[in-house]
Amino acid sequence: MALELFTEGDPIADTKAPTDVPIGERWSERKFRGRLVNPANRRKLHVIVVGTGLAGGSAAATLAEAGYKVTSFWYQDSPRRAHSVAAQGGINAAKNYRNDGDSVHRLFYDTVKGGDFRSRENNVHRLAEISTNIIDQCVAQGVPFAREYGGLLDNRSFGGAQVSRTFYARGQTGQQLLYGAYQALERQMGLGNVEQHARTEMLDLIVVDGKARGIVARNLVTGEVTTHMADAVVLATGGYGNVFYLSTNAKGSNATAIWRAHKRGALLANPCYTQIHPTCIPTSGDYQSKLTLMSESLRNDGRVWVPKERGDDRDPRQIPEDERDYYLERKYPAFGNLVPRDIASRQAKNVCDEGRGVGPGGLGVYLDFDEAMQRLGRKAIEAKYGNLFDMYARITGEDPYEVPMRIFPAVHYTMGGLWVDYDLQSTIPGLFVIGEANFSDHGANRLGASALMQGLADGYFVLPNTITDYLAAGPFPKVAEDDPAVVEARQAVVAQSEKLLSINGTRTVASFHRELGRLVWDYCGMERSEESLRKALDRIPEIRKEFWTNVKVSGEQGTFNQNLEHAGRVADFIELAELMCIDALHRNESCGGHFRVESQTEEGEALRDDENYAYVAAWEWTPEGEPPVLHKEDLNYEYVHLAQRSYK
Amino acid sequence: MNLTLRVWRQPHPTAKGKMVTYKVSDVSPDMSFLEMLDVLNEQLILSGDDPVAFDHDCREGICGSCGLMINGYAHGPEQTTTCQLHMRSFKDGDEIDIEPWRSGGFPLIKDLVVDRSAFDRIIASGGFISAPTGTAPEAHATPVPKKDSDAAFDAATCIGCGACVAACPNGSAMLFTAAKVSHLGLLPQGQPERDARVIKMVAQQDAEDFGGCSNIGECSAVCPKGISMETISRLNHDLLGALRANAVPAS
Amino acid sequence: MATATQTAQRRAAKTGRGSSSVFKKAVMAISGILMVLFLVAHAIGNLHVFQGAESFNEYSEWLREFGEPALPHRTLLTLIEIGLLVSVVAHMWSAFSLWRQAKRARPVAYVTKKRVQQSYASRTLRWGGVIILLFIIWHLLDMTFGAVNPDGTDSTPYDRLVASFENPFITAFYVLALVLLGMHLRHGIFSAAQTLGQTNKRRERLLNITATTFATGLIALYLVTPVAVALDFVN
Ligand SMILES: Cc1cc2nc3c(=O)[nH]c(=O)nc-3n(C[C@H](O)[C@H](O)[C@H](O)COP(=O)(O)OP(=O)(O)OC[C@H]3O[C@@H](n4cnc5c(N)ncnc54)[C@H](O)[C@@H]3O)c2cc1C
Ligand code: HEM
Ligand code: HEM
Ligand code: SF4
Ligand code: F3S
Ligand code: FES
Repeated sequence: MALELFTEGDPIADTKAPTDVPIGERWSERKFRGRLVNPANRRKLHVIVVGTGLAGGSAAATLAEAGYKVTSFWYQDSPRRAHSVAAQGGINAAKNYRNDGDSVHRLFYDTVKGGDFRSRENNVHRLAEISTNIIDQCVAQGVPFAREYGGLLDNRSFGGAQVSRTFYARGQTGQQLLYGAYQALERQMGLGNVEQHARTEMLDLIVVDGKARGIVARNLVTGEVTTHMADAVVLATGGYGNVFYLSTNAKGSNATAIWRAHKRGALLANPCYTQIHPTCIPTSGDYQSKLTLMSESLRNDGRVWVPKERGDDRDPRQIPEDERDYYLERKYPAFGNLVPRDIASRQAKNVCDEGRGVGPGGLGVYLDFDEAMQRLGRKAIEAKYGNLFDMYARITGEDPYEVPMRIFPAVHYTMGGLWVDYDLQSTIPGLFVIGEANFSDHGANRLGASALMQGLADGYFVLPNTITDYLAAGPFPKVAEDDPAVVEARQAVVAQSEKLLSINGTRTVASFHRELGRLVWDYCGMERSEESLRKALDRIPEIRKEFWTNVKVSGEQGTFNQNLEHAGRVADFIELAELMCIDALHRNESCGGHFRVESQTEEGEALRDDENYAYVAAWEWTPEGEPPVLHKEDLNYEYVHLAQRSYK
Repeated sequence: MNLTLRVWRQPHPTAKGKMVTYKVSDVSPDMSFLEMLDVLNEQLILSGDDPVAFDHDCREGICGSCGLMINGYAHGPEQTTTCQLHMRSFKDGDEIDIEPWRSGGFPLIKDLVVDRSAFDRIIASGGFISAPTGTAPEAHATPVPKKDSDAAFDAATCIGCGACVAACPNGSAMLFTAAKVSHLGLLPQGQPERDARVIKMVAQQDAEDFGGCSNIGECSAVCPKGISMETISRLNHDLLGALRANAVPAS
Repeated sequence: MATATQTAQRRAAKTGRGSSSVFKKAVMAISGILMVLFLVAHAIGNLHVFQGAESFNEYSEWLREFGEPALPHRTLLTLIEIGLLVSVVAHMWSAFSLWRQAKRARPVAYVTKKRVQQSYASRTLRWGGVIILLFIIWHLLDMTFGAVNPDGTDSTPYDRLVASFENPFITAFYVLALVLLGMHLRHGIFSAAQTLGQTNKRRERLLNITATTFATGLIALYLVTPVAVALDFVN
């Protein structure tokens, strides 16, 4: 074990969930025990919400509606452009509209199991309970979910579940859910209840007397660096998948907000848990800037296969049925093409490693709708997946109605994030973290259609109820603009920008980002080994050093400067990548999205080590040169029995 | 492919802008238009020039950030978003003019970047259903005929990119406004606020220095989401109905 | 330091009904439709030319004497004139007001701008309208008052008509104005239906065909008169 890479500190634990009552009562019990804020006092309490995705948008709207003073920040020009807009497939809820045996308990169970027993039972159970309210809320807002002819809501099934509990709006579920939250937020903005800062990036957290009291932000239009104070700060800044450079995240998705909060003392949990999504469009060349996901829902009707023979480069339509290997159906008869994402992705990698991959560079497998088209007709397929097919055709220049699609796995979601307790509060009092930015509900692997559920659960229902317990002690004493903590944080931000602009080296920011991404993908991607991780850990400090001595950032600080924005984000990705690799190296087991070559069953499946690793790894930042400190939160399973995951 | 680009450069809103010519070489037909601009920008950065500013984020046609006037067409020659436009739509030796969206309602920020917050203010003025968190009835309490729900969905897919405004000879945002009015107005949940919504949203679109619509249809023809002219008719219908009913928006 | 950084100032929306661009459009559509109705009647009236000078002049007289003695002289014609004047003024008010709004909405022109869908008719609505207005003024001076008519003011309507169309330049001007009017109507009729909220995807095609047929038919009806005079069928 690589002891020199980190040191171990005191264990931590969640103290907020009332574990003295049965799991089904804990959420109501927590709400009952938490302190409340009288409506007349809410105006005096000021909350900063960073991010306007499903989590941040719904939280800001709900808090403003409740009467708190809310200030909202986001880096795009409009709140509606948060990357939640890109989610395609759907959102889970235990409505049991299909009468197929679904229940809160089953959703809870599926999610804990799907997360490979590395998530907290309490949080997951609450998520499953709230899931049904989310659908009601969204329908009331006018989200146009798919409906049946009878006028009732339609459902489909998603990976990792045997029931049909996924609500969807064609292939644009995230967009429609986000617009619902966005409209609620705009309504509050129109009423003057939310102060808004578009195109403004959070660059640091201000901590005064141990409490999160504000943020430092840069107005991306004017370049002005400003400070903003409040009684509490909520981060809803999304995931950090862009550390891989190529991912399905938006180009602007970043780790900056959570990373700077981490450097201010918030523990960062499970950074190595990243989800690789099996159905993305393969890359076409080195210039590729971003990967495009096609909804997992495609696996409902599409069949995944590769040729049986390696190097078989015939037109797929010429390959006879008995020379095709439908490897998912073969290996996992029960779940077939609908096995969880981590399994589908790794199996795709395996067949490509065997030389049976298809398309340029042999990095792809077929997703074939031929059989579905014959069964349901082209019209039905068009209605269900039309926009995805169009997107595929546009990007690849091939017609998926004629030729099977080619797909390949790509980085998609980060289960890791800032550590939070049951109240979604981080280890810094007053700093709350919601949505993909926290680590809370998905363990080592997220099931499809569960992130939207979590984002909205956090934003609409959980945070607005738990933050009151903290705010009840406020309003806190005003923090002066010239408070040393404020001045220091602001100066640090300005100094970093100035430093980046002054290096004037010979390499572009993008070239560093590409190199880093490639390295993390190769060595800390779908498969990790001690050897690969050590290689990465040797190289990352070199990249960091070169970055800080040889990067070339154009323009000035006090202007609209997209290159400077990118530089700041890449600087944080480099540091984060190092912690990801340390986390991956220390976790000498395979679980969910974290597959350690050293830890697999004879059939090549992930092999957990519950004896030694049934804990959340929460990392503490230490100044450069000192190894980070690991704090363990033990995971106890009272309601779901630990078992080896099986989807056979 | 080798291409000649003429790009609108304007360092800040009050500076005088102009078209500047650049050459890019070795462009692959599989590149997206924005990837081609990335290549240009890396060249510019390394040669000490200011890279071209342009808005983009998701690069998969859904966030609505990107949007350029390419050779006189909003989002270029295909009916899609700029990020989903691929270089196979061009050929070797082409000259390509790239300009920002032009509208009084979209003040320029820098180069190809404009401020589209006017759209958000149109939504804030009434583009919502007031449903405070926690007050919702059971989702199946109100069935919605599939036809209505599908039509509402079609309208709801508008990504707020602003191509409609950019292409409209009147600089009108009517298609955008109409898409939202239609989406919410077609659903039973949207009925109580229907009259007030349309009055307020049209008033806001007029106040934001967008033009009025004279039914030219350019907007719908360039809309990457294919929002139809029918939505504008529906908006007109709703607005005139609301005026006749003497609906006075509570503000 | 904690400046509120609003990217753009909020502009107050005017919710008065007359200021709504859609309301203005409705005014334009309704006044346009009234004018179209006049044009249909006028076109039919013009056909009296083929019944000879007598009939045409009688028709003209009839217009003025309609309802007499119960109604004062020129009641019908005055009503028509007032209706038309109100329509023209209303139509122009909304046209200019929307034109101004559109100018504000595109303060900087594109260097390169191409059209995808818009028809020639839809783009020439405004200048077309101005030319039609000029035509109407001239037409009134010509036919109604005879001020610019070759036969002068002391002539019968029939003489004035024949005199005008015997002049190839005047005829050409009429033809040009009529063609422009046709295009104005071709888009105007579709546009009015859309403005009044009466179109949908299904109807769109049918409506476009109807508008084209109607506009062409009406203009053809008008054109027979000058053509007949020019070819000497009527003299
Ligand atoms: C292509 C794709 C498809 C997906 N499909 C599904 C699906 O079908 N079902 C499902 O359940 N999940 C899906 N997911 C996952 C899910 O969409 C995301 O996990 C979820 O939307 C994240 O929401 P969020 O609110 O946490 O963050 P985001 O939506 O990413 O929002 C982040 C917000 O923070 C702001 N922000 C970020 N950094 C800063 C900063 N430094 N300063 C200021 N503001 C900042 C941004 O402006 C933005 O408003 C998908 C994800 C992707 C990428
Ligand atoms: C070939 C085509 C046309 C012919 C031969 C024609 C003929 C005439 C004549 C002879 C009159 C005088 C009637 C009278 O004083 O009794 C008249 C009046 C008038 N015409 Fe035309 N006209 C033509 C086209 C048009 C068009 C295209 C317009 C409108 C766009 C128009 C608008 C008018 C108006 C407004 C009047 C005045 C009616 C009034 O005094 O109330 N005409 N026309
Ligand atoms: C007798 C002649 C005229 C008739 C029959 C007529 C008819 C119409 C009709 C039916 C419309 C459609 C309304 C809509 O878009 O909803 C229209 C539009 C229009 N008309 Fe006329 N019109 C006439 C004269 C004029 C004149 C004299 C002008 C100009 C001063 C004019 C300018 C316009 C313009 C600009 C529009 C477009 C609407 C817009 O821009 O929003 N028209 N016309
Ligand atoms: S209507 Fe179409 S063009 Fe206009 S903003 Fe919406 S998506 Fe873009
Ligand atoms: S192009 Fe413009 S005029 Fe109306 S129909 Fe579209 S907004
Ligand atoms: S970048 Fe998001 S739509 Fe083009």
